[in-house]
Parts: sequence; C-alpha cells; structure tokens
Amino acid sequence: MSVTTAPTRSASRSVSFTAAKLPRFAPALVAAVSIAAAALPVLFLGWGLVAWAIVAGLLHLVALPLWARVVEGSRGATDRLVTGLVWAACVIAIVPLASLLWTVVDRGLPRISTTFLTYSMYRTDLDQEVGIYHALIGTLLITLFAAIISVPIGIMAAIYLIEYGKGNRLARWITFLVDVMTGIPSIVAGLFAFALFILIFGPSTRVGIGGSVALSLLMIPIVVRSTEEMLRLVPDELREASYALGVPKWRTIVKVVLPTALGGIVTGVTLAIARVVGETAPLLLIAGLTTRTNFNVFADRMTTLPVLIFTQNANPGIAETPGGMRPGLEIAWGGALVLIVIVMVLNLVARIIGRVFAPKTGH
Amino acid sequence: MATTVVAEDTGQGKPRLGDRVFSRLALVAGIAILVALAAVFIFLAIEGVPGLAKPAEFYGEASSFWGYVAPLLFGTVLAAVIALVVAVPLSWGIALTVSHYAPKRVATPIAYVIDLLAAVPSVVFGLWGISVLAPRLSPVYQWLEEHAGWIPFFAGPASTTGRTILTAGIVLAIMIIPIITAISREVFSQTPRLHEEAALALGATRWEMLRLAVFPYARSGMVSAVMLGLGRALGETMAVAMVLSAGGGISFNLISSTNPASIASNIASNYKEGTPGKIQVLIATGLVLFLVTFLVNFAARWVVQRSERRLAR
Repeated sequence: MSVTTAPTRSASRSVSFTAAKLPRFAPALVAAVSIAAAALPVLFLGWGLVAWAIVAGLLHLVALPLWARVVEGSRGATDRLVTGLVWAACVIAIVPLASLLWTVVDRGLPRISTTFLTYSMYRTDLDQEVGIYHALIGTLLITLFAAIISVPIGIMAAIYLIEYGKGNRLARWITFLVDVMTGIPSIVAGLFAFALFILIFGPSTRVGIGGSVALSLLMIPIVVRSTEEMLRLVPDELREASYALGVPKWRTIVKVVLPTALGGIVTGVTLAIARVVGETAPLLLIAGLTTRTNFNVFADRMTTLPVLIFTQNANPGIAETPGGMRPGLEIAWGGALVLIVIVMVLNLVARIIGRVFAPKTGH
Repeated sequence: MATTVVAEDTGQGKPRLGDRVFSRLALVAGIAILVALAAVFIFLAIEGVPGLAKPAEFYGEASSFWGYVAPLLFGTVLAAVIALVVAVPLSWGIALTVSHYAPKRVATPIAYVIDLLAAVPSVVFGLWGISVLAPRLSPVYQWLEEHAGWIPFFAGPASTTGRTILTAGIVLAIMIIPIITAISREVFSQTPRLHEEAALALGATRWEMLRLAVFPYARSGMVSAVMLGLGRALGETMAVAMVLSAGGGISFNLISSTNPASIASNIASNYKEGTPGKIQVLIATGLVLFLVTFLVNFAARWVVQRSERRLAR
C-alpha cells in the first residue's frame, strides 16, 4: 500500500511501478451487492433461503473476477476467481456436516430418555418399552476386547520399528504394509474374521469376539502409526542419559521412553477407538444380531450400536400414528445421536489428553 | 545410531535376559502384523476360492462367477469415481484454504471441522443420506431428466426415491473429503517458504505462486491423497448399502434405479439369507475387493514413499 503513495511525490513524471489494484474493500462490497441483488428474486418470485444463498454466491463468484478483469487485467481476475472457488469449496463442505449434525440432534433428541438407555429390545409383550441398552453393552465389550488385542501388539510393533529395527529391511516392510493396512476395507476385515471363525467353529458361528478380531485388524495400523510418531519425538538425549547410567535397553524403553511419549500414545489409542466404535460392516457379519443383552463376548450373538441403527433403518415397522415417525427410525436416530456423542466425546478426550500430556521435547 | 551401538555393547557380547525377552516380544509383535495381513489373504482364499466355480444357480442371473462379479465391480468403481469427481476439487480447495488462504485464526477451526467430518460413523452418513439427502436430490434428478436427458448419464427415468448411484457417490464424496484434505494439506504446507516467496517476489499473484511453487512440489502427495481416497471409497460398505437401491446391470445412467450394487454393499445386504454356498460366493467377491483395494493402496503408498525418498535426498 505504501508503494502507491510513492508516485504522488514526483507527480510531474507519474510513472507507477505497481499495477492497478482493486481497493481492499472490493470483495466485501461485491459480496454486499450480490446479496442484495440476489434478494430481488427472493422478494418478488418467492424463492427460498437456499436459493438466495446459492444465487448470491454465484453472483459474487462472477462479479468480482469481472471487475478485477477491468481494473487489474486477466491475471488478477484469475487470481480472484480461484480465491473465490477455494473459499466456496470450504463452505460447500461444511453444509452437509451442519445438515447431518442438525438432523441427528433434531430427530434423535426426542427419543433419548433413561428408558431408552437402560432397556434392551427384548420384550415378551408388544406394549413393553424398548431401548438400546443391549447395543451399548455390545459396543462397549466388543470395542474393549478389540483394544485389548490391538493396543499391546500395536505398541510393541511400534517399539520394534523405532527402537530395534531402525531402518532395516524388515522394519521398512512392516512400516510400508502397516500403511497399506490402514486402507483395508472394513467389510474385508469382517469377512476375514467370519472366514476364520466359521472355519474353526462351524458355519453358523456368531460371537462378539469375532467382531473384536475384525476391529483390531482395523485398529492395529492406527495404533502403530501414532505410537511410532510419538516415539520418534522422544529426544535421543534421554535414551543416552539412561544408557550412561547403566540401565539396560528394555528398562530404558519401559521407564524412560514410554512414559515420555505416554500422552501421545494414549491420544492415538483413543482416536483409534473412536474410529472403530462406529464400524458396522464387520460386526454385521460376525457378531450377528440379537434383542437381548449379552455380557459374554465368547458366546452367542451380540448387537452393537451401528448394527442396531442399520437394521432398525432397514426394518422400521409401521408408525403408530399416521404421519408420525416409524418406531424403527425413531430408534435408529436415537441410536445415531448416542453413537455420535460417544465418538465426539472420545475425540475430545483424545485432544485434551494430547494437549495436557504434550510430549516433552527437551527444551 | 550411536545409541544402539552403546546399548549392544553393555552386555559384553551376551545381552541380558530382560533385553533378549523384550526385543523378541517387539519383534514378534512386528511380525504378527505381517502374519495378520497374510492371514486375511489366506482365510479369504480358503473360504472364497470354492465360490469361484459353483454351479450356475449360485450366481443368480449370471452364469459364472465373473459374470456375477463384473456388474458389482462396475458399481463399485462407478460409485468411487463419482465420489472422486465430487470430492477431489472440494478437498484441494479446503486444503488450500487451510494451508495458504485463510489466516491462522480461521484455518484452525476449519481444519477441526473437517476432522470432525472424518469422525462421523459411516452408518450415520448412510442414515442421513437415505432420509435427508436422497429426498432432496429426487426433484433435482427429475429436473435433470427433463432438461439434460440427452446426456446419457441423465437419461432417466429418474428415481422417485432419489436412492441412485449418484446419491451414493455424493455421500461417499462427503466421507472421503477429510482423507484427501488431510494429506493434501500436509503436502501443501510443506512447500519450502523460500520457493513461495521467490515466486511472489517475481510479481506472481497468489494463484500463480501456487502453480509455480506449490503444485510442482506437492504433486505426488496430491496424487497419492486421491488414490487413498479412492481406496476408501472402493471399500466403503454401509453408506452405499443403505443409500443405493440396487438392481439391474452395467449402466452409465446415474439417476435411475437400475444401477448395480457395489461389492461391499452387496455382501452386507445379502449375507443374511446366504446358504454356506452363497456365502462362499460372497467371500470370493470380498477377495476381489481386497485385491483391488490392496493394489490401489499399495500404489498410493509407493508413490508417497518414492517422493519422500526423493525429498530426503
């Protein structure tokens, strides 16, 4: 901006070294004008708010580059256009998220009650109250066992990659295949657990632990990656100080390296849990469906929250009142709200842990 | 590097028991991952290979396995391609906003919101897609059939429920935006500051700076981000199973209700009434899906690793 004042000093030979530019307030001005212009059809043709927003956005996208083209030339116009498009991408991506969260809260909240959270779907009489208790227990247990399987394997594997295998061929392959593993479709993990269990226990096997095996296959790569990342942040000085005191390597890892990286590791594990807690496909295959509460992951079918949402949506039943929501859909939306809250809380907890126990990088 | 040498010397040739046990444990855990990956392939093969050559009645209308899996594979790829076409420009836009356009105060919340999008379970996306998005898109499809019916994609007859492959593709797109955004953002922000400032100092506008300095640097990262998004879209099950009302064979008609299902959604919706023979056929289709996604992910990671090595040099 200061450059533009320079030519005025030698006004007699006003040679400008800067190209003409739109004033700083130009985008805001164009935005205001487009909103106003788009309001005309809204007022006179009765268009909705959504149409208003879309038309205003398009007007702004077209008008600003046009103005820039007149003043700044084509390069400036392209730049303005791209800036507009980039911001538009952000807005467009946020719309579905807002819509989704709003719908889940709007339709799920009326269904939430203590009955809904503490009753199972098992009933002996049509008038009995139903709830999602059995699915909550199923989700909790299956995820817990998935964590029990995958956390030790994941952390030990990361320790191997960072502390022992540094750079050798096996470690490079493991790192690479862990990356590839993050892309395994969840249904394939489910089919694997399914094939494994029907091969060992017979063709009609449906057990909760099968779901845990499938989920741990999805969880392990996430745990390995985040733990690896954290172990790498532990400064070498700490390790060397410990070795200098004559501490064996394994005690150094257990007593020095892991505690230093603990916060980050816990964050990674929590995020991994949040990722698999909403998985549906594998559990649909191997954990099955039941209306009763089952506390034993090693026997019988077990329903989880996502599977419950899926099946209730597929078989919603008939609405009691005409025009009302079908009972199955009510349960599905209530379950969806509970599930989203669980996932969001896990994410939030992970972030808080990550912030509180931020790895101590030495200085 | 020096640390490992020191540690190995402390035992004077004979490492302590604790060290031996612990390093073995770590090695076993590392190998367990390789074994798990191999086991996925082996068990799918054991249960799936018999499904490749069943009597014709197991394959419904098709007479052979490949005739059965071809429309499903087509549906899988079509839905994934629609998702990419929608998601890639949006994701790059968001990634650029976060890395180069927005001030830090605005960029952090945007990044957070996009991460939030990644946390929403797929079954909730499916529920939203079928009950909110599909009814909204249904009139749009009718309009497209009337006004753009001459394009083969929109030939119609438009589905009245809106549960078409285009809707499924859009839901998939929303689900893969966070993945593509996260990786692209990472590579965009790794561009050397000096390259950017050099471009700006030569008088480049911001867009020209992006084209001159950022994109050439980030190209392989952008490619692999797209491929990882593709891998996710190919394997996504629930959203497609819930949103798409499948039926019919290979067709490029995006807005009618005669699209094939995807492999994953076909498994999810048919496993229940499956006899053991039928299940084997489904597992065989799962094996095909596994191989396809494995190849896509393998290629994506290979591109990333190669470029990382090039940058490290």
